[in-house]
Amino acid sequence: MNKHIVFAVAAVASIGVATAAQARDQIRIVGSSTVFPFSTAVAERFGKSTEFKTPVVESTGSGGGLKLFCSGVGVRHPDIANASRRIKKSEVDRCARNGIKAITEVKIGYDGIVLANSRKAKPAGITLKQLYLALAKSVPADARGETLKDNPYRMWSDIDPSLPRRKIEVLGPPPTSGTRDAFVELAMEGGCKRFPAIEAMRKADKKRYKAVCHGIREDGAFIEAGENDVLIIQKLVANPNAYGIFGFSFLDANADRIQGTAVNGVAPEFETVSSGEYPVSRSMYFYVKQAHVGVIPGIEEYVGEFTAERAWGPDGYLVDKGLIPLSDADRKKTVQAAMSGAKLSM
Amino acid sequence: MTDAGETLSGRHRDPAPNRPALDDRRLRRRYAAERRFKACGVVAIGVATIALAWLLFSIVAQGYQAFVHTYIKLDVAFDAQQLDPTGGNTPEALARGNYGGLYKNALRDRFADVKNRRDRRALYALLSRGAEDDLHAMVLSDPSIVGSRKEVWLTASDDVDMLLKGKIDRDRPERERPIEDRQLAWIDSLAADGRVETRFNTRFFSAGASREPELAGIWGAIMGSFFAMMVTLLLSFPVGVGAAVYLEEFAPRNRWTDLIEVNINNLAAVPSIVFGLLGLAVILNFFGVPRSAPLAGGMVLALMTLPTIIIATRAALKAVPPSIREAALGIGASRLQVINHHVLPLALPGILTGTIIGMAQALGETAPLLMIGMVAFIVDIPTDPLSPATVLPVQIYLWSDMPERSFVEKTSAAIMVLLGFLVIMNAVAIYLRRKFERRW
Repeated sequence: MNKHIVFAVAAVASIGVATAAQARDQIRIVGSSTVFPFSTAVAERFGKSTEFKTPVVESTGSGGGLKLFCSGVGVRHPDIANASRRIKKSEVDRCARNGIKAITEVKIGYDGIVLANSRKAKPAGITLKQLYLALAKSVPADARGETLKDNPYRMWSDIDPSLPRRKIEVLGPPPTSGTRDAFVELAMEGGCKRFPAIEAMRKADKKRYKAVCHGIREDGAFIEAGENDVLIIQKLVANPNAYGIFGFSFLDANADRIQGTAVNGVAPEFETVSSGEYPVSRSMYFYVKQAHVGVIPGIEEYVGEFTAERAWGPDGYLVDKGLIPLSDADRKKTVQAAMSGAKLSM
Repeated sequence: MTDAGETLSGRHRDPAPNRPALDDRRLRRRYAAERRFKACGVVAIGVATIALAWLLFSIVAQGYQAFVHTYIKLDVAFDAQQLDPTGGNTPEALARGNYGGLYKNALRDRFADVKNRRDRRALYALLSRGAEDDLHAMVLSDPSIVGSRKEVWLTASDDVDMLLKGKIDRDRPERERPIEDRQLAWIDSLAADGRVETRFNTRFFSAGASREPELAGIWGAIMGSFFAMMVTLLLSFPVGVGAAVYLEEFAPRNRWTDLIEVNINNLAAVPSIVFGLLGLAVILNFFGVPRSAPLAGGMVLALMTLPTIIIATRAALKAVPPSIREAALGIGASRLQVINHHVLPLALPGILTGTIIGMAQALGETAPLLMIGMVAFIVDIPTDPLSPATVLPVQIYLWSDMPERSFVEKTSAAIMVLLGFLVIMNAVAIYLRRKFERRW
C-alpha cells in the first residue's frame, strides 16, 4: 500500500507543477479542417527553415476555431484562426467583448466544391437549378416557384430528360461541415433563386427563403457520408452510380479515378476555379490576433511565409497541395495589408 | 422430486411414473432443436471471424507497403562551395549549406538534356524534399565527405513511390495522373540503370507528423500516447484501487455507498466526449494545464478509465474467499494487514487485467482529446508530458482525411501499429493473469 501512496502523491504533485503558468514560444493555430492541409504545410516549412518552433495547428472546424480564437488575449488562447468562410459579425463582437480589438484578415485563396463521380460512369454536365431540384427537400411545383411540394424526383432524368437515367444518389458532408455550409449557400441557393417567386421571397420572408433554399432532402437520395472526403471517394469508386460532394484538392489528387461534373457548363478545373468562372467556389482566410504579435515569437514571420510567392504563388508549394491562388493583384494587396497588420473592420 | 412423481403418477396412473414416455417424435424434435442451436452458434462465430479477417485483411493489404519506401540512387558531388562556403567545417556552418542544390545538381548531371525551367522543376519533383535532410544528416555524421563524390540513395517523392507500388495507373491519360509522361520516362531510365529500389522505411518509425506523406512518421504520436498513458496509469491505478479497496473492505453498507456504487457503474457508460468537455472546463480552464499537453490528455483519460478499474478491482476483491480474511483475522492480523498481506496479492491478477483493459481502451480513444486540443498537427516529437503532442488514434484520424494518395497506406500502417500495441497489452494482461493466478 505504501507504494500506492507514493504514486498518488506523485500524481497530485504533477498536477501542481502543471498549474504554474508558463510562457509560450510556439505559435498556436486553430480552425477549419479545409484550411488545415495548407496551414500545416506552411507551419512545417516555417519550422524547418527558421529558428522558431513549428507551430501547432489544430483542426477544430471554422466555427469552433473562431470561438477559441475570440475567447481572450493571453498565452492560453490561440494566435491565429483558420476559416473556410469569412468571420461573422457576431464573432467579431465576441472577440471585442473579450478584449480582442485588432484582428488582421488574410485571404489566402479559393477552394472549389465539386460534384464528382467515378470515371467508370459517363461524364454529365448539370446546372445549378437541376442540382437544386435534385437535392432540395421541397421543390417548386410550378415553373415560377409560387407553390412548393415535397421533392418527387427519383431519377436524374425525372428532372430533365437530358440527364442520365440513373437513381439520384449523392454522398455529401454532414451539417457540421464547412463544406456543407458552402455547398448549400453557393450551389443550392444559386439554383434556388433562379425561380422568380423564390427570389421575391428573399426580400419578403428571409427565414422562409433560407428554409426553402437550404433544406436538403432526407429521403435517402442525399447520403451524409461523414466529414472524411477520402472515404467518399472510395465509395464513389465502388459505386459508379453515385455522386459525391467534396473539396477540389481531393478531386485533383484522385483525378485518375474520379471526374468532376461540369456545373453550368464549366468544368471544375484549376483555371476555372481561380478565375471565378466555376460557380461553386469559396474563399479561405486566416485571422491574426494583433495583440499577440511581438509577444509570441514568430507570428509575423509565419504570416510572411504563408504570403510568400514560393508558398501561395501560382508556382508555390501550396498550389501543389491543391490551393487555388488569388490573382496577382489581390495577392499583392493582401500581402501589404497582412504585413502592416491592417485592422479588420466589418 | 419424489413428491412430484407421486402426484404425476396419481393423476395419470403411469406405469413408469418418474420417467416421461420417450416418444420418438418428441425426442427427435429435441435433438433437432439442439442441432439448430449449435448451428446458430457456429454461424455467429463464422460471421464474427469473417468480419474480423476481412477487416484485418483490408488494413494489411492497404497498409503493408507503407513500411517500405522508394529510394533513388544518384551520384552526388558534395561540393565544398555549396556546403561550406566559409570553410569552417563546423556543424553550424554546415547547417547552412545548400543541400537542395546538391541533389538538384545530381539530377541535372544524370539528365543533362533537360534544359528549360519547367522541365527541371518536373525533374526535381522526382525526389522528396526529405532528400535535403538525408544529405544534411550524411554530412553532419561524416564531415569529411565534403568535397568528394558519392553514390547516395535518396528518398523519392510520394508520387514516384505510388507509381512504383502500382497505386498510380501509368496507362491513364497524362492529365489524369499526378506523374507526367516525361517524368515516367526519367523514372524508367533510372529503373533500367538499377537506380530505383524500395527499402525499409525507417522514417515511418522515427519521424513526427509531416505534410509530405513520404516524410511522415508515427514516432511523435507513439511518444504522445506513451506520455498520456503514463499519466493515466499514475492517476487512475492508485485512485481506482484505493477507492475499490475502501468500498469493498471498509465502507459500511448504507444508502450513501449504494449511491456511490450506482454512480460508478453509470460513469463507466458515459460517452467519452463528455469527459473531454469536463477536461476542457476543469483541467484546462481551472487548473491551467497547457492545451494539447499529454498531461491534460492523460488526466481526461484517467477519469474515463477510473470506473473500469474500480469495477474490475471490486470484482477481484470479491473473488478472494472470505475464509482467507477470517483466518488472517483469527491469528490476530489487523484489517490493513489482512488486505495488504493477503487480499490484495491474491486479487492482483484480476486488478491488473482490469487495469490493462482500461488502459487499452484509453489508448484507442480520440473523442475526449478533440476538446483539449490534441487533434492537432504537431511536427516536433514530444519530450515531456507538458510539450504539445498528439496520440496514435488521432494521428490515424488526421491522416485518413488528407488528400494525398500516399496517406491512405500510411493510415492503414498506423492502424497496424496501434493494433500491435493493443495486442501486446492484452497479451501482457493474459500473461500476468496466468502467472499470478491462485486456485483454492
